[in-house]
Amino acid sequence: MTPLFQIEGLTKAYPGVVANDDVSFSIGKGEVHALLGENGAGKSTLVKMIYGLVRPDSGTMRFEDASYTPASPHEARQAGIAMVFQHFSLFDALDVAENVALGMEDPPPKKTLAARIREVSEAYGLPLNPARLVGDLSAGERQRVEIVRCLLQDPKLLIMDEPTSVLTPQEVKILFETLRKLQSEGTSILYISHKLEEIRSLCDHATILRLGKVVGEAKPRDVSARDLAAMMVGAELKVPQAQPHESGAVALALKHLSVASASAFGTPLRDVSLELRKGEVLGIGGVAGNGQDELLAVLSGEQRTTPAAVELDGTPIGALGPVERRAMGLLAAPEERLGHAAAPDMSLYENAALSGWLRKGMVRGKLIDWKKARGFASEIINVFDVRTPGTGTAARALSGGNLQKFVIGREILQDPDVLVVNQPTWGVDAAAASAIRQALLDLTAKGAAVLVISQDLDELMEISTRFAALNEGRLSAPQPTRDLTIEAIGLMMGGAHGMETAHG
Amino acid sequence: MDFGSINPVLLIAALLVASTPILLAAIGELVVERSGVLNLGVEGMMIVGAVTGFIVTVETQVPAVGFVAGALGAMVLSLIFGVLTQVFLSNQVATGLGLTLFGLGVSALMGQQYAQMRTPVSPRWEFFGLNETPVLGPILFNQHPVVYLSLFLVAAVWWFLRSTRRGMILRAVGENHDAAHALGYSVIGTRFAAIAFGGACAGLGGAFLSLVIVPQWTDGMTAGRGWIALAIVVFASWKAWRVLLGAYLFGGVSVLQLNLQAAGFAIPVELLSMSPYLITILVLVIISSDRRRASANAPASLGRPFHASG
Repeated sequence: MTPLFQIEGLTKAYPGVVANDDVSFSIGKGEVHALLGENGAGKSTLVKMIYGLVRPDSGTMRFEDASYTPASPHEARQAGIAMVFQHFSLFDALDVAENVALGMEDPPPKKTLAARIREVSEAYGLPLNPARLVGDLSAGERQRVEIVRCLLQDPKLLIMDEPTSVLTPQEVKILFETLRKLQSEGTSILYISHKLEEIRSLCDHATILRLGKVVGEAKPRDVSARDLAAMMVGAELKVPQAQPHESGAVALALKHLSVASASAFGTPLRDVSLELRKGEVLGIGGVAGNGQDELLAVLSGEQRTTPAAVELDGTPIGALGPVERRAMGLLAAPEERLGHAAAPDMSLYENAALSGWLRKGMVRGKLIDWKKARGFASEIINVFDVRTPGTGTAARALSGGNLQKFVIGREILQDPDVLVVNQPTWGVDAAAASAIRQALLDLTAKGAAVLVISQDLDELMEISTRFAALNEGRLSAPQPTRDLTIEAIGLMMGGAHGMETAHG
Repeated sequence: MDFGSINPVLLIAALLVASTPILLAAIGELVVERSGVLNLGVEGMMIVGAVTGFIVTVETQVPAVGFVAGALGAMVLSLIFGVLTQVFLSNQVATGLGLTLFGLGVSALMGQQYAQMRTPVSPRWEFFGLNETPVLGPILFNQHPVVYLSLFLVAAVWWFLRSTRRGMILRAVGENHDAAHALGYSVIGTRFAAIAFGGACAGLGGAFLSLVIVPQWTDGMTAGRGWIALAIVVFASWKAWRVLLGAYLFGGVSVLQLNLQAAGFAIPVELLSMSPYLITILVLVIISSDRRRASANAPASLGRPFHASG
């Protein structure tokens, strides 16, 4: 059988980095092919070349036995290739039908299109209401919009870029059923992920990329997740180890907290209560956009509340700002690295001083002691293995993973009594993620309390003592992690999110 | 003080005329901002439109040619803004302000010789005698063609943005330019077209000012109308019909306060002359006071530079 799609020696270089180096593989008709690799392995560049967004420097692609050189996504779609994007290519202020029409070459009139959206979405178990604004949809529903958009064009090859990173386990199950149905109808799927178990259950064949090169191929069902991980990372992974210790007194408490969101498409917090104990990691899961950012803002002090709603060691602090809370030992690291956790155009030592000046004694009188600031910055760089030319480099110039190590390390090294982090290992490679998780665990061994908000369930299972989930701004009751099954977690996260509303 | 000297029919007829330059400039800027570009150079484009329109009419003695020239002149200016912000990624706010200052200066230079001149008056439409109808006649059936054109443009922009594929793409580009690029739409191309349209509309509005309302050329004759047009777009929540409302409100209060001044109404002239600005902004602020809704209506990519990565 000749393959449906074939790439030979594809190479793409950017100034200073080779994103793809001589990459070759092929996908058969009706095959689910996995492209496996860490962040920065070159997966995204590769699919952008297939979808016509980036032109390769050299190498050839063949689609259905003809030379395939797409100059734009229009040509890719005309050839029969559709793509579901990782960062959704959706428009919040437009409705579902308009969003679908924008991804099609030749959309029918709006009424016909709405009917077809209903038809196709029901047929594949992905209910959607074409008239709703996309900004009001949950992450799972948004992804349905992307998938339905692709399905309406009867693609021969469907590219999916990390589709499950925003879904609850139940939604992942529904997605996989849809994909298997497509496969049985003869559609080929290129599935990009770094989640090994998913790939093992779904894919027929896997190509593994590391640093832009193909480093291996495998039949995922025949090899263990451990072997796949070793191929992907290039070394055995160290699993973070917690030193056994008891949880202590309550360090931080939220009492029946309700707060409206500051942004138009945000989620308000509804009657959130929690107790965080010394020496424990409380993991808070949930699909993005269910109140995570709002919860962090309330804890860090960016969003003030009534004084009694937030208590630190029994002291009401709801009305205090971030600086006062830092002085009392409550530190926070937000999710967005550039612009929230770090000022992009300021140097690393300036960024170190912005957060650490108080607890690291960098201010004498009204003047900043820049020597101390530089010292603190280089301490972070050494301890957390941040790859940078020096402390004077602008934060913007660091890669995402390196900057993440820097902003998390900056808070950890200030010896907090309570640390709140949102997505601590987002976009960080596996080895560095493991180091960050270990540092968080070491902090609890010293008696600090750590609250981790994350969308990575595996991460939360690995490090948290107790687990709770945010769902539409409500927090579930925390459960000890070791008693939890993936099913139970999925239900805490709201099951198949927004399934009912989508019928409406 | 004599209210009897104010004729409501003439007042409304005059209101439509006085509002037209702002309405034209605002509907153009609405399209520009919906595509995600903030062009603060409306004032500069209007005045360049006013001076080119005036000069060409004086030279050719044909007002229609003057209107076209006014629109083209301002469009050329807007394309300078387009090249700077879209190709060279210069800051939109600074470039727009610069455009206004440049427009004011260059128009003064161009218009030096023409300050005392007169142009032929372009006739109003009369609709086969319908203009003789009492009340409605003077208001609806006896206006300058450009007044009708401005109303047509409001309807056309509303329909274009709502119902056409090009309009949908334009909104998509303004909403999320990265996603629009990823789907293969030309962000820069769409924005250039929008900027050119915005320039042409502002120029037409300026030409209407110097050829019909005043009709003469004076330095700085736009007198802040471009800024009012910008404010109207924002407070109208980027909706075409609300722009119409805002512009007519401004025109209405302007005409009314002139009438009140003429009637010797006992309010200081300074207060009366500031009233159109004050009342228009006040009313539109109240309309758009729901902060969450207003921020959701704003094009999400407004003012953000676009650079295709990777």
